[in-house]
Amino acid sequence: MSDLREVVRRRRRAMERAMSLFFFLCGMAAVAFVLGISLYLIVSGLPAIGEIGLWNFLTDSVWSPKQERFGILPFLLTSVAGTAGAVLLGVPAGLLAALFLAKAAPPRLAAVIRTAVELLAGIPSIVYGLVGMIVLVPAIQRAFGLASGASLLAAIIVLSIMILPSVVSVAEMALAAVPREYEEASLALGATWMETLYFVTFPAARSGIAASVVLGAGRAIGEAMAIIMVSGNVPNLPGSLFAPVRFLTTAIASEMSYAAAGSLHQMALYSIGLVLFLFIMCINVLLHFFVKKEGKHG
Amino acid sequence: MKRMTALLFAALLSLVCACGGDSGSAGQTVSVNGSTSVERVILTLAERYMLDHPEIKIVYDPTGTGAGLEALQNGVCDIALASRSLAPQEEAAGLVPFVIALDGIAVLVNDCNPVESLTVEQLAGLYTGSLADWSEAGGRSGPVACIGRESGSGTRDGFESATGTEDACILAQELTATGAVLEAVRNNPQAIGYASLASVEGRGGIRILTIDGVACTEAAILNGTYALQRPFVFVTRGTLNDRAQAFFDWAASPQAAEYIRQAGAIPTAGQ
Repeated sequence: MSDLREVVRRRRRAMERAMSLFFFLCGMAAVAFVLGISLYLIVSGLPAIGEIGLWNFLTDSVWSPKQERFGILPFLLTSVAGTAGAVLLGVPAGLLAALFLAKAAPPRLAAVIRTAVELLAGIPSIVYGLVGMIVLVPAIQRAFGLASGASLLAAIIVLSIMILPSVVSVAEMALAAVPREYEEASLALGATWMETLYFVTFPAARSGIAASVVLGAGRAIGEAMAIIMVSGNVPNLPGSLFAPVRFLTTAIASEMSYAAAGSLHQMALYSIGLVLFLFIMCINVLLHFFVKKEGKHG
Repeated sequence: MKRMTALLFAALLSLVCACGGDSGSAGQTVSVNGSTSVERVILTLAERYMLDHPEIKIVYDPTGTGAGLEALQNGVCDIALASRSLAPQEEAAGLVPFVIALDGIAVLVNDCNPVESLTVEQLAGLYTGSLADWSEAGGRSGPVACIGRESGSGTRDGFESATGTEDACILAQELTATGAVLEAVRNNPQAIGYASLASVEGRGGIRILTIDGVACTEAAILNGTYALQRPFVFVTRGTLNDRAQAFFDWAASPQAAEYIRQAGAIPTAGQ
């Protein structure tokens, strides 16, 4: 009798241990994938940079695989300009929407808006690109009398709409977490509700708001599919809002299929991937920094 | 747990076997090397040929016309693929060309554009920016949006070499697929674009221009009067081993013509 119990217990313990090992392996899989991808990018991205020279690679303004010139300055500046433009347009709109949702909206209206924002986040990026190509690009062409509406401006507008959901949801959470007492104290001192929102609630939630901005920027810089269809995709320096441009992401997407295997061209595309990866790493570190600060606050 | 480990192990083992088996059976190979523009044609032909001759393996290395010819001269490959005619010194070096197919590049504008025809010089002027307004090329006044393909594209290579605009084109959009070019031209009355003839025939919303007064048709390409074309050439050193010769003969025969057409080029066999 006790033997049987012993066997059952032992078996149960073995099962327990096996399952925990299984969960551990699942958990480690994510780590392994990140490490594997990082390693792969570094290994395949470095040779071309070594051959071209880091300085040349980053600062040459001509990208012409046929002439063996691989300068990614146009892509680099375009990605920075596009992301900055998207943040400039998308963040104010997103923040005010978040403020409205967290503090001012009647609950039923807030629910409708929240659902809409969630839907916006769920739309596949290729659909953004398609709508941008068919609606936005011709509209820009007509509005400004251009030869072609595919331009940096079109990409910025599409990106700013795409980052809206992440900005709204993270910022709303931060704003809603501001203790009611802060606002009540401000109101008691004679400030109006609007003054309170701008001068008390916003500053109190600033690290969460900063996190939402960084998250939005991260989404914008990594996007490829939506902007490849609206940005014109010509490797120009981003000198004008109306010029066709090419981003870091779209540079890889547009040439990978035609680059001969093992050529310097293909290796240079891997190197672009590495640069993009480093960019996004920096943004993630920044995000981590803000979120940690937020945690200490609360 | 033990059973699970065993299962996992078995799965791993079979994966390893599957990977290893592929390279293990080295049959007789025909190695082909050269132009990336010919990629679709040669891969379609090779796939078809290997279906009927499972003992033969056709290996294609897309290195570019120049590199392919060099590989042929060094004896690294059996057949080189060129997407241009051979230079006299290349023929003098003992290379023998055989034109297997022709590729015609159609120039497209939007349906609303009144321009019907352009000369090659006008076309080059539009793409290099020296003609910046449609009124300079016989159209309604308005800026010109030149739509091109990404570098590395065979169509771009063919267009730029036929118009003499290599690395000189100023583009409004650089697109990565024929379909995207057609869509961009269809949506923009100011646009001009180019694509392989096979992929644009019978499309609505766009018009194919005549170049130097010659309409872009298969007949005009075959008799050489249409300017924007280039040959797809099989190049050999004059002699081939038996299996390479067999593939060559089949590819040049009327039976293969249908597959060449499927791959978007105009076969020369049976004309």
